[in-house]
Amino acid sequence: MSVRIVFLGPLRDLAGTVEREVPAPLDWDGLLGIVEPAIAAQLLDERINVACAGRVLGDKSMLAAKDGDEVALLPPVSGG
Amino acid sequence: MGEALASFNAAYDQAGATVAFLGKVRPDGGARALELTHYEPLTLPAMNTLAAEASARFSLSGVLVWHRIGVLTPGQPIVLVSTAAAHRRCAFDAVDFLMDHLKSAAWFWKREKRADGWHWIEPRAADYADLNRWK
Repeated sequence: MSVRIVFLGPLRDLAGTVEREVPAPLDWDGLLGIVEPAIAAQLLDERINVACAGRVLGDKSMLAAKDGDEVALLPPVSGG
Repeated sequence: MGEALASFNAAYDQAGATVAFLGKVRPDGGARALELTHYEPLTLPAMNTLAAEASARFSLSGVLVWHRIGVLTPGQPIVLVSTAAAHRRCAFDAVDFLMDHLKSAAWFWKREKRADGWHWIEPRAADYADLNRWK
């Protein structure tokens, strides 16, 4: 019974890992509580998107990850 | 890359026009390498949707959207977009449209290796301006 959290882009450096498994289910408050404080602070930035099971959430505070879901933390994409 | 274009051209040999754009790593500000990462569960479906949208909007016969990931050095190709259509205007416009939308539709993060280490590249205001051209 677990949810995989995937850290993308600069969040990967901040987390010190690419991904980690946490107990399911996982909601928004649970996510903020389980990641490092520096990541939680970033997640509150409106430019950071969250995807659950392959879908970007319109309202990330509605996160409701079930067993087997992958939750991706998505910083703004780079310019070129 | 040449092979990809040759195959694409062969697959749409009845198209009156084929346009190709190749994006390469710039040697900006002493950058020695560029690393691209993505999130496949979002990136690939987004690229497919974008290709389908361009295909319908510009009446394309075919569309090729190819993006590299990993560590690349200045001068190496990053992105190849090619379109085939009955006439040149649609093929040119579709390539332009695809390039402006690719960055926002697909999830790619870039960091640059300079003399003092790796630096993440921030979003650019110009990318938003580029997107607004099509609205």
